[in-house]
Amino acid sequence: MAILLDASSRIIVQGITGAEGTFHGNQCHEYGGNVVGGVTPGKGGRTALDSNVPVFNSCAQARDATGANVSLIFVPAPFAADAVMEAAAAGIELIVCITEGIPVADMAIAAPFVRARGARLIGPNCPGLLTPGQAKCGIMPGHIAKKGRVGVISKSGTLTYEAVHQLCCEGYGQSTCIGIGGDPIIGTTMIELLDMFDQDPDTDAVVMIGEIGGQMEIEAAQHVRDSIDTPVIGFIAGRTAPAGRRMGHAGAIVSGADESAAAKMQIMRECGISVAESPADIGSTVKSVLG
Amino acid sequence: MKIHEYQAKELLIANGIPAQTGVVVDDPAQINEAIDRVRSEYNTEAVVIKAQIHAGGRGKGGGVKFCPTVEGAREEANRILGMQLVTPQTGPAGQKVRKILVAEALDIASEYYLAFTLDRSCGQIVIIVSTEGGMDIEEVAHSTPEKIRKIWVDPTYGIQPFQCREVGYALELTGQAFKETCKIVAGLYQTFVSTDASLMEINPLVLTDDGHINALDAKFDFDDSALYRQKAIAAMRDTAEEDPTEVEASKSNLNYIKLDGSVGCMVNGAGLAMGTMDIIKLKGGDPANFLDVGGAANVETVKNGFRIILSDPAVKAVLVNVFGGIVRCDRIANGIIAAVRELDLKVPVVVRLAGTNAEEARKILDESGVAIEPADSLDEAATKVVAAASR
Repeated sequence: MAILLDASSRIIVQGITGAEGTFHGNQCHEYGGNVVGGVTPGKGGRTALDSNVPVFNSCAQARDATGANVSLIFVPAPFAADAVMEAAAAGIELIVCITEGIPVADMAIAAPFVRARGARLIGPNCPGLLTPGQAKCGIMPGHIAKKGRVGVISKSGTLTYEAVHQLCCEGYGQSTCIGIGGDPIIGTTMIELLDMFDQDPDTDAVVMIGEIGGQMEIEAAQHVRDSIDTPVIGFIAGRTAPAGRRMGHAGAIVSGADESAAAKMQIMRECGISVAESPADIGSTVKSVLG
Repeated sequence: MKIHEYQAKELLIANGIPAQTGVVVDDPAQINEAIDRVRSEYNTEAVVIKAQIHAGGRGKGGGVKFCPTVEGAREEANRILGMQLVTPQTGPAGQKVRKILVAEALDIASEYYLAFTLDRSCGQIVIIVSTEGGMDIEEVAHSTPEKIRKIWVDPTYGIQPFQCREVGYALELTGQAFKETCKIVAGLYQTFVSTDASLMEINPLVLTDDGHINALDAKFDFDDSALYRQKAIAAMRDTAEEDPTEVEASKSNLNYIKLDGSVGCMVNGAGLAMGTMDIIKLKGGDPANFLDVGGAANVETVKNGFRIILSDPAVKAVLVNVFGGIVRCDRIANGIIAAVRELDLKVPVVVRLAGTNAEEARKILDESGVAIEPADSLDEAATKVVAAASR
């Protein structure tokens, strides 16, 4: 078991004929073999990924022909929100948007559009999902992870890899790793994923990696206190970040006292989360919790 | 992207929203003429001299002065233009004032607060309104939260007239001033959406003695991701207000933010870059910068990264922390060696490479003969670089 993504997932890649879509589409296909097609408007009828999968003009056509239930989006930022909405309108259940730099106003329209159609959006500006040993839908390097019983939720890309690496070094594999994205508006929050992991019988603990800016980690911590039984291990990046400066991610900016790393870590501790003080201690903190 | 007060007011006026205005001056020789022009055009004896820098809190640092007489105005304008203005937001070094706004002085009956921004937790635009104008809104939120009203607007439907009226009621306005406020709120919303703004703060919005509503100050910020479709806004960028090294870095597509410490860091990915700064601090050092070379670092980005980091004379040691995912560490190692040789680095460099082909990378670094201190774990790397910086 895992959450959201498993060996039965049928993935289409939107933007499959672009450089990113081709490269990462291939990587995902090699990992789990579950890429079933792609979408590039105007290029329907061709094949992609070394002639392995068909290309369609629209998500609706791709879904009808392949039975896809997951879409992975590499469409350039000016057109990405439209691609997200197209996938939701076509009845795709899980939409994973890797694209960075989408205007916030576009996501303010696209995110509720997806919700209203009962679909789930992960990202944008995220590394996607990886269920070790089963399927990969995104850009996480598959080989650094291994199958196991720790769930990972993170706002970051490479910091997620760092956490996964430390978990493996301590002997813990992962059930599913999810990068939720570093943008101000994202499709799926930490709270929703905590609930899914909490109900997954094959997840024993969850690592939750946040950063400065916004209230999501605080809301998630309160949710852990009130409703989550699975042990949660946390880390917040950016305790040395100056206030008011955007630290790479569009959403990583301290605009109020409670959005700082120190404040978030304090609230997480108060809510019963085991907080790693240092980014080097994520693996060892999991070990101290799980024994 | 931030813009100046005078630019924000030009935007307001272009969108039919009344704002206090005047003449912008960047040359001391123009000061007298500007003051005379404002006095005759606005039929006013007094003027206000306002420093134009991006940082807030200008009044507290002496960058905004009400001047009842011509002589006083000339004196203040000459003092403020060119001064190094220190405000609570500039840091101790302050910011040089390159432009001033000579503005009409209005007779003010009441001051209010009005702002539009994105509420990240619900993805909607929130209007923040308060009768406590002219003050730091965070302070108001802390001491008298009941005096702040929030109205959420769903961007799918846009602002509705009843929401504009709610702002007028919240400010306890009546008659002409109420009507003007409704119009201003609707206009601000349209401006917010049509310019891809992330913040529009009018503090204060004022009721004048003659019963009209006017934006006395304006602080706007825009979504960097949308600048590609906002050419007119992008043209308002004033790079003189930004750190020159950060401007240089952005030309190489590097995300760099200068800090005050002595340990330079080069990392791939924003989250890991923040985490690396954090661990340097935990080990007793101080990071000199935030630098994200991107998820797919290569020789060129590594070289540019070193150049940017070393342009800061405070840097005593550099930590390179790259987690190779799709990128192979052996390639990164070769890139680092090439960059160190080519740039003739004088400061110690600690390199930690993890992920794909990390062992080969370690071997390449060990056998290269260049003065690089390799490290296996993040912890070891931070310990080594902090020690190197304090030697």
